[in-house]
Amino acid sequence: MGSTAVEKIISSALGRKVSEGEFVEAPVDFAYFHDGTGPLVIDALDEMGVDRINDKEKVGIVFDHSVPPYNDQGATLQAKVRRFARAQGIPRFHDLGDGICHQVIPEKGYVAPGQIVFGADSHTCTLGAFGIFSTGVGATDLAYILATGKTWMKVPETLMVECAGVLDDRVSSKDLILEIVRVIGTDGATYKALEFAGGAVRAMSQASRMTMSNMAVEMGAKTGFIEADDKTAVFLNRPDGKRFKTDRPVPKIEVDAGRLEPQVACPGSVANVKPISEVEGVHIDQAFLGSCTNGRYEDLYEAARLLRHRKIHRDTRMIVIPASKETYIDAQRDGLLDVFLEAGAIIGVTGCGPCLGVHMGVIGENEVCISTSNRNFIGRMGARSSSVYLASPQAVAASAIEGKITDPRRV
Amino acid sequence: MVVLKGRVWKFGDDVDTDVIIPAKYLRSVDKTVWPKHVLEGLDPEFSSKIKPGDIIVAGKNFGCGSSREQAALAIKWAGAAAVVAESFARIFFRNAINNGLPLIEAKGISKAVGEGDVIEIDLDSGGVKTKNGALRSAPLPPFLQEILKSGGLVNYYKAHNK
Repeated sequence: MGSTAVEKIISSALGRKVSEGEFVEAPVDFAYFHDGTGPLVIDALDEMGVDRINDKEKVGIVFDHSVPPYNDQGATLQAKVRRFARAQGIPRFHDLGDGICHQVIPEKGYVAPGQIVFGADSHTCTLGAFGIFSTGVGATDLAYILATGKTWMKVPETLMVECAGVLDDRVSSKDLILEIVRVIGTDGATYKALEFAGGAVRAMSQASRMTMSNMAVEMGAKTGFIEADDKTAVFLNRPDGKRFKTDRPVPKIEVDAGRLEPQVACPGSVANVKPISEVEGVHIDQAFLGSCTNGRYEDLYEAARLLRHRKIHRDTRMIVIPASKETYIDAQRDGLLDVFLEAGAIIGVTGCGPCLGVHMGVIGENEVCISTSNRNFIGRMGARSSSVYLASPQAVAASAIEGKITDPRRV
Repeated sequence: MVVLKGRVWKFGDDVDTDVIIPAKYLRSVDKTVWPKHVLEGLDPEFSSKIKPGDIIVAGKNFGCGSSREQAALAIKWAGAAAVVAESFARIFFRNAINNGLPLIEAKGISKAVGEGDVIEIDLDSGGVKTKNGALRSAPLPPFLQEILKSGGLVNYYKAHNK
């Protein structure tokens, strides 16, 4: 009897074989948090009476939620986290402008395949794309990890999502993951590890795989695991690490990537997914390209392909936010930012931007935004009466040009 | 035996943490702001309706979305004695236990109770008494009950790391 990749990671960390359903206290290889969750992490450590964290080499802090801070209290809270980072001597501290935590942590190679990684942010599941067992927790859980170097968890069941076929041009891994959310639902993977596999996933770039893993939490999953390969090692610049494979039968869902058309998650629920042909023509006030889901170089590149020598519709505004400083520099060097500016888009500073509805593109009463981000809950990006459609970078770019939801294959 | 008895406020499926506490209130040094906006995304008047000891009842996947711990804190500090739901999203589940907010996962609760009903919860056994009969649920594993009884993870840590 074999094991799942996630069981093997946890077994390897504990030095004994574990199986799904077991409660374990596992050592954590790397833990990180941001300026949003950081203040509560520090409060919890203070309340615990912890003066020195367990291992400052296993911690990352990235300021990404309020970049730059949009009110005095946000600035005050960031200063508190900054003082903590200095007092503890945390070397992997990224202040304003370095990027979104889920992008910066792997870009800098702080993590490697086969590790156990926890982050105080729900989209920590993104790092599953690197063959890591990674998951999000709240601030108090993260404080406990900083204090002790370990945490409790239930070894998750694995639900395999086998993606056969080859994605068409202008159809992306975002469309594939939206289709998967439609099939699994918002809670179909609760407490489980999702594992994305099959030819379509193997053929994907590491960046595209991150988009898949990023949205695992929208189905309730702990992580969105993908087997590491040579592309993973190149992205992380880490030839080390352990590559684990699932080698026992697990429940499986099959998806045909080759037959997929662009998909859109309609307002209110990430699982409210429809083929773009059913929602084409819906007026949009704003288009947002960015976030930990789709703010990477290839996302900007694909959007720029459509926007080159075109203009954004006069009734629509478009906001572009590179996911990290590295992405920003690459996009600038290759002229992508010129394309966006000439088309009429606004380029924001690297960070989470308007995804969570507090600054850099908040939408007003009854306004509609098409966004490459990962959540379209009521009021997520602004007013309660506003609405958010989630789509690929290609669909967001095409819709910005037309001022209404548009199939990118027709532009 | 810990028994909680309280009046029910009812919500539906997939109540996410953005509607429990919208992100615009998070960047605040004044923590008393959070309970004042609890569940504002679904009912802007809710914080003035809920009374200490009331119980929130919801459908499946309560607390999905963001890891913001302020969601569990807003509910607790608004006075809710517990949340009973068909199921919980995992990060919210951990956050609630870590802050000493009792949760009960009881299948069938949405159909069994209406808004304003009074229900009784036995935290040790996981049982829920409603006017339409009793529901059983799996009690929390012993070490999670211990965290809950300590009043949360901070106190649990202090008790075990002297």
